[in-house]
Amino acid sequence: MFYREAGQFKTSYKADQAIFSITQDRFIVGLFLVVAFGVVPFLINDYWANAILIQFLVYAMAALGLNILTGYCGQVSLGTGGFMAVGAYASYKLVTSFPELNFILIILLSGGITAAVGMVFGLPSLRIKGFYLAVATLAAQFFLVWLFNKVGWFFNYSPTGMIVSPPREMFGYLITGAEAQPGARYLFCLSFVTIFALAAKNITRGRIGRSWMAIRDMDIAAELIGIRPLEAKLSAFAVSSFYIGIAGALYFNVWLGTAEPTEAFDINQSFFVLFIVIIGGLGSILGSFLGAAFMVLAPIGIKNLMVGVLGFDVSVAKHVELMMIGTLIILFLIVEPHGMARLWQILKEKLRRWPFPY
Amino acid sequence: MSLKRNIGDTILAVDQISLSFGGVKALSNISFSVNEHEVFAIIGPNGAGKSSMLNCINGFYHPQEGTITFKGNTRRHVSPSEAAREGIARTFQNIALFKGMTTLDNIMTGRNTKMNKGIFWQALRFGPAEKEEIEHRAVVEKVIDFLEIEAIRKTAVGTLPYGLQKRVELGRALAAEPDLLLLDEPMAGMNIEEKQDMCRFILDVNDEFGTTIVLIEHDMGVVMDISDRVVVLDYGKKLADGTPDEVRNNQAVIDAYLGVAHDDEE
Ligand SMILES: Nc1ncnc2c1ncn2[C@@H]1O[C@H](COP(=O)(O)OP(=O)(O)OP(=O)(O)O)[C@@H](O)[C@H]1O
Ligand SMILES: [Mg+2]
Repeated sequence: MFYREAGQFKTSYKADQAIFSITQDRFIVGLFLVVAFGVVPFLINDYWANAILIQFLVYAMAALGLNILTGYCGQVSLGTGGFMAVGAYASYKLVTSFPELNFILIILLSGGITAAVGMVFGLPSLRIKGFYLAVATLAAQFFLVWLFNKVGWFFNYSPTGMIVSPPREMFGYLITGAEAQPGARYLFCLSFVTIFALAAKNITRGRIGRSWMAIRDMDIAAELIGIRPLEAKLSAFAVSSFYIGIAGALYFNVWLGTAEPTEAFDINQSFFVLFIVIIGGLGSILGSFLGAAFMVLAPIGIKNLMVGVLGFDVSVAKHVELMMIGTLIILFLIVEPHGMARLWQILKEKLRRWPFPY
Repeated sequence: MSLKRNIGDTILAVDQISLSFGGVKALSNISFSVNEHEVFAIIGPNGAGKSSMLNCINGFYHPQEGTITFKGNTRRHVSPSEAAREGIARTFQNIALFKGMTTLDNIMTGRNTKMNKGIFWQALRFGPAEKEEIEHRAVVEKVIDFLEIEAIRKTAVGTLPYGLQKRVELGRALAAEPDLLLLDEPMAGMNIEEKQDMCRFILDVNDEFGTTIVLIEHDMGVVMDISDRVVVLDYGKKLADGTPDEVRNNQAVIDAYLGVAHDDEE
């Protein structure tokens, strides 16, 4: 096996602090990016884009956001669906009010608006923790969905209550609307996710990330060494919501194209993203991707196997899927709270030492 | 040893501090002062109010009466994060490390208040944020060298043995380059060898960086060896203060430690 760091000496703090400090890691990630940006867009078709890849990217983005809040800062949230709705509706209002505005800017502004809303709903976290905070964010979830259902201004008084994303271009390629090609839509999402994953990695391993983790691990001690809980918690809510808002905007504009709040952003979304984070790994950027891949692919795999190969009924397959994911979550919570990301790390340790057991 | 250092003026003055929890008077009318560059010990039996005293000094508890003057600023109430920014760092009786983080990250948090590059630069990482990170990393590496914990730099502290955790906690406090270092039973639960190491670190910090140290310790041998002055608390009251020798010969102190009956009903 060639997964070794032998002979790779670090001669500066800069090298030691690099994201992928082992050459082989850099190679694997580089390869992944080359394939994702350079190969997949040419092979992708509508099925792969809609059923797998764009969905995966959107949920990876949302999971990055929730992981920042819950995995890094230790604040449990069940409001993810509601915050995705804020991002989606913000982008809808922006895109219909300012048709000339660059679409990248629209997505970023939607994230910014969601960040502001997230901070407001994060205020209770200064007083309450754990279960009680989860309930407070649950209230946010229900309130936001109710708001987008009730107040006509948000959906431009459309008689159905639905919002529809108008066609928009980027560099001459349509990325939203019915005519948009899967390759362009996929690349648009991929670019956002790649850039913001890198940003998340950087933020979490710097001063701000350390203040979040300090609050997570022992908030009193954090305060005693000079970290202001208000600043740390609200910044976690803001950054987390920014990511989730962007995920919501991509979800609505690029993936679905149309949305209706009660279904698209209900509490199940919140749980879905939470499960991604738990299975993938709390407090891990890589985990957000592993978890999203698992939660998107597992249902498809189970369905294909049970219905396609073994000939079971579709509803049976659905039940098996629910049971399996439920079991996995319990297992991960008890046995390996750091999720698939930790398993991956253990595997790497083993490879590094191979062929020796220790 | 204390000849070489030049003890300065008062850096911390505790004046008439009283603190109670419901009916329990944890501290009543405590006054003492600590000079710059001094090693100052707070001793007393269990429940005497020693930890409460440190908690008042760094703003974790808010005394009902009295004032605390630190570096010329007189106040009764200060928030812990404010106190940290003013230059007070501390360790805890029960280790209060960030268990999920590595030794390096734990000690880096000690420098958080000195870092100020915003989230935008942090997200980009290169440029100002990278430069800042490297500068502070260099300070932290000095602390790591000083405490001889190079080997556990990248280990999650939750998995470390007790003695090493205590050392990492000291490291986190030192990384803040405090003017006043509060140590709550830094040697509790250690074996002789670990205690000797810890004593050496405390004295070296005091010597090399001139840090003023206030420590709580039960081991009388240690206290008499390393401290310049001592204050003795018992049931929230001050029994005596002075040099180790003066305190050792004080009748009230001898009584308290030998368990002579109290008359604490006022
Ligand atoms: N947060 C609190 N709430 C209620 N009572 C408290 C609190 N903190 C301290 N006390 C009480 O104040 C008194 C002094 O406690 P403190 O912890 O300061 O003693 P100590 O001298 O540090 O003792 P030890 O040597 O056991 O650490 C005790 O009676 C304790 O029960
Ligand atoms: Mg104590």
